[in-house]
Amino acid sequence: MIAQGFVHKYGDNVDTDVIIPARYLNTSKHEELAAHCMEDIDTEFVNKVKQGDIMVAGKNFGCGSSREHAPIAIKASGISCVIASTFARIFYRNAINIGLAILECDEAASAIEAGHEVKVDFDTGVITDLTTGATYQAQPFPPFIQNIIEKGGLLSSISERL
Amino acid sequence: MGMTMTQKILAAHAGLDSVTAGQLIEAKLDLCLGNDITAPVAINEFERSGATRVFDRTRIALVMDHFTPNKDIKAAQQVKRTREFAGKYDIVNFFDVGRMGIEHALLPEQGLVGPGDCIIGADSHTCTYGALGAFSTGVGSTDLAAGIATGKTWFKVPSAIKVELKGALRPFVSGKDVILHLIGTIGVDGALYRSLEFVGEGVKSLSMDDRLCIANMAIEAGAKNGIFPVDETTLAYCKDRFQRELRVFEADEDAVYDETVVIDLDTLRPTVAFPHLPENTKTIDECAGAVEIHQVVIGSCTNGRIEDMRAAAEVLRGRKVADSVRCIIIPATQEIWKQSMHEGLFDIFIDAGAVVSTPTCGPCLGGHMGILAQGERAVSTTNRNFVGRMGHVDSEIYLASPYVAAACAVTGTLTDPATL
Repeated sequence: MIAQGFVHKYGDNVDTDVIIPARYLNTSKHEELAAHCMEDIDTEFVNKVKQGDIMVAGKNFGCGSSREHAPIAIKASGISCVIASTFARIFYRNAINIGLAILECDEAASAIEAGHEVKVDFDTGVITDLTTGATYQAQPFPPFIQNIIEKGGLLSSISERL
Repeated sequence: MGMTMTQKILAAHAGLDSVTAGQLIEAKLDLCLGNDITAPVAINEFERSGATRVFDRTRIALVMDHFTPNKDIKAAQQVKRTREFAGKYDIVNFFDVGRMGIEHALLPEQGLVGPGDCIIGADSHTCTYGALGAFSTGVGSTDLAAGIATGKTWFKVPSAIKVELKGALRPFVSGKDVILHLIGTIGVDGALYRSLEFVGEGVKSLSMDDRLCIANMAIEAGAKNGIFPVDETTLAYCKDRFQRELRVFEADEDAVYDETVVIDLDTLRPTVAFPHLPENTKTIDECAGAVEIHQVVIGSCTNGRIEDMRAAAEVLRGRKVADSVRCIIIPATQEIWKQSMHEGLFDIFIDAGAVVSTPTCGPCLGGHMGILAQGERAVSTTNRNFVGRMGHVDSEIYLASPYVAAACAVTGTLTDPATL
């Protein structure tokens, strides 16, 4: 599985309240959530983002509430992968469960800049900054996690076994 | 190798003699929790998976607390969807308006959670029940859906930070100051993926409400859970409340911890977390008078319990809320509401010029019942001061204890309650 797109970059401790403010949590419709993704720290994000783009951020990405609406909003906005130095634990679990690809890689998260074009190979964990040519090694997901992401989430991946 | 308290509870629920940090286990769940924001998403996933039954209709709690009493049509639709699910599967612990309270105050009070339990909740502050000696952690809606269907979930066994408490708290210093001080010390990701295990002789001086407040904000240090040993205070609290078999686990003497943080309760001062992270802490001595305040909120799953109401009343008794301040007080459950009323606390609040609300998470997450306008500042006893959390993206939240928040309501600025 490969992701390739242009980078939207953010700092440390991006919390779930800025990813999707609670005032929009009176719905669980994916497209409505995506329409407000990141708006409290980046009002232009929803206008700039294109299908397949990649989000890059610092440490503790997704800290705060357990709202699954946060990874849902990011995924529904078109983002194909989030690369961060570290992820908050509930967000990490939620992202995998809903089928949003995420990778922890401090080096890549520090070096890659906004607007760069980046390619991610999920089988190998290799992140390539196509703008600079630099490559970074992240820990690839084991096959069962890759399967969850490819099937679009935990419940989709296990429903055939139920 | 010795196990931490958390590891022992997880091992018992996985049917294993021992576990070690980093191990992946499947654990049996004693309770699964959802609310009016997270349950609808879980119900979608539950139905999409093709599941046709819940694992145990007595071990699922659905609490309609976030946007209730329904703040708008969309919120009403979400509660309706959850109510219909609860009806269809005959869920015993469905709490609607009139019976509901803020989930993390309600569940301990109703005896639905207790020592030795293994609990997941689709709300990050589910870690609150660690105060009772349970392993309890926040998850997302998909994990909740799988938990509701199967009664099990997987965990990566966490390592732990030992937090050793010494001495006893001084007047006007509370559990909120302990946890804000700790987050200020180790940072908002200081305990990422790990447990915070509170130990030491200082524990016994902490009331159950203090412990619930401290465990509640373990997530604000990134922790998977926060946990307290079970002692006389715990057993007294659980007596006549907790309805299931109570299991007491203790950390092994040779348990391995990643690090130890020592907190001397005697020297702690009232502490305030400045915008926009809970780790931006200052003692009240460093910040008294620093900023003008427009709103005070006293309530939430962190500080909406009876002792919090009494603390606010102690400060507000015979005083007036400043003309420039709106002071909103939210007892967290119906039982706390009644108790506050009977103790005469509402007379004190209303005479001071504060307003008393029905139980709701409302303003904490910018839902309703106290939204901030552009440029406004609130002192709040809630748990997060992120950008835009309580309203406009250009508003600010200062986190503090009920004592400090009430004192700020009186003066309209950051204030040490001892100086009033």
